[in-house]
Amino acid sequence: MTLEWMAWTVPTAVFFITIALILTAMTIWETVSPTIERRGFLPIATTRGDRLFIGLLGSAYIHLAWVGMTDLSIYIALGISVVWMMVLMRWG
Amino acid sequence: MDKWEDNRAWFLVLPVFVIVAFSAIIPLMTVVNYSVQDIFGPGQRVFVGTEWFEETLHDTRLHDALWRQLLFSGLVLLIEIPLGIAIALTMPKKGWSVSLSLVTVALPLLIPWNVIGTIWIVFTRPDIGLFGKAINSLGLTFDHTASPLDAWITLMLMEVWHWTPLVVLLAYAGLRAIPDAYYQAASIDGASAWAVFRYIQLPKMRGVLTIAVLLRFMDSFLIYAEPFVLTGGGPGNSTTFLSIYLVKIAVGQFDLGPAAAFSLIYFLIILLFSWLFYQAIQNVGKGEAP
Repeated sequence: MTLEWMAWTVPTAVFFITIALILTAMTIWETVSPTIERRGFLPIATTRGDRLFIGLLGSAYIHLAWVGMTDLSIYIALGISVVWMMVLMRWG
Repeated sequence: MDKWEDNRAWFLVLPVFVIVAFSAIIPLMTVVNYSVQDIFGPGQRVFVGTEWFEETLHDTRLHDALWRQLLFSGLVLLIEIPLGIAIALTMPKKGWSVSLSLVTVALPLLIPWNVIGTIWIVFTRPDIGLFGKAINSLGLTFDHTASPLDAWITLMLMEVWHWTPLVVLLAYAGLRAIPDAYYQAASIDGASAWAVFRYIQLPKMRGVLTIAVLLRFMDSFLIYAEPFVLTGGGPGNSTTFLSIYLVKIAVGQFDLGPAAAFSLIYFLIILLFSWLFYQAIQNVGKGEAP
């Protein structure tokens, strides 16, 4: 089976592998030490999975805003997203 | 009850996972791949980075379509949810009239979407349609092919007629699931009809209303067949919603890259709004006495 029809590129492959790794790591983490719902700076009580979802969705919007409003490198947006993700997972 | 420790049941989910992967995840990944490339044909493609996203985000016609779409979905929710609850409250509770009213209410849901568009074209035509001719006989000019406002009114009427029944059925199911004991307690306390609605019926309908709001939002945000048949996006661009504009790019011009970038942004908007609605409804009234 050839995957040519899916039109893979290196950046998108890296993107999906990263997502898959994050999901695998979160699953293992959940099995080893199950999450406890808690309340951080977000207005709602969240589990780890909730915060991951909010973080990923937020990162997508950070990238869109970056591309839409600036001409600067996309890697700066990536950096902001990583920081946002870590802050959210720890204190969200 | 002890916590269920056997996780073998998860393997039963595997077939569903495979089907979803095949029908949703792999196509979505392909769309992501398309969105960063210029596709000329099979095997002929050039990596362009975020170019399509920039183009899409700066497209003023897309902005117009998005505002139109938000207005449409907002109006749909504002009209259909209260109307659906109101109709459900007035429906009979027992006897043969239950089946009769349920079937009557559900009829619009059984008609294919493109047929609905056709029905409403004929119904609202100023020359031969029952509705169009009746309105024009009253001295009001009404023509959904020429006036944007008339096109919107027609579309809203069609949408409300088509989809309020879904809200009615869901709300009615929610109402029927409330045990009689609640109503008896309310009548002993001498609660008014409004108090019964506000403190018994509405909270008990939260689950079904969550589903109703999410379904109506997503469906109305993705609406395609009905306006495509009824107005074709016109007059002008006045009823060109997001999906109609998307199809114009993807199929009409065969610009797969921009269409893919557009689709992803569209997907993210729906994801965000659905999540916000879900959180809002789940958390409303929390902290009040149970």
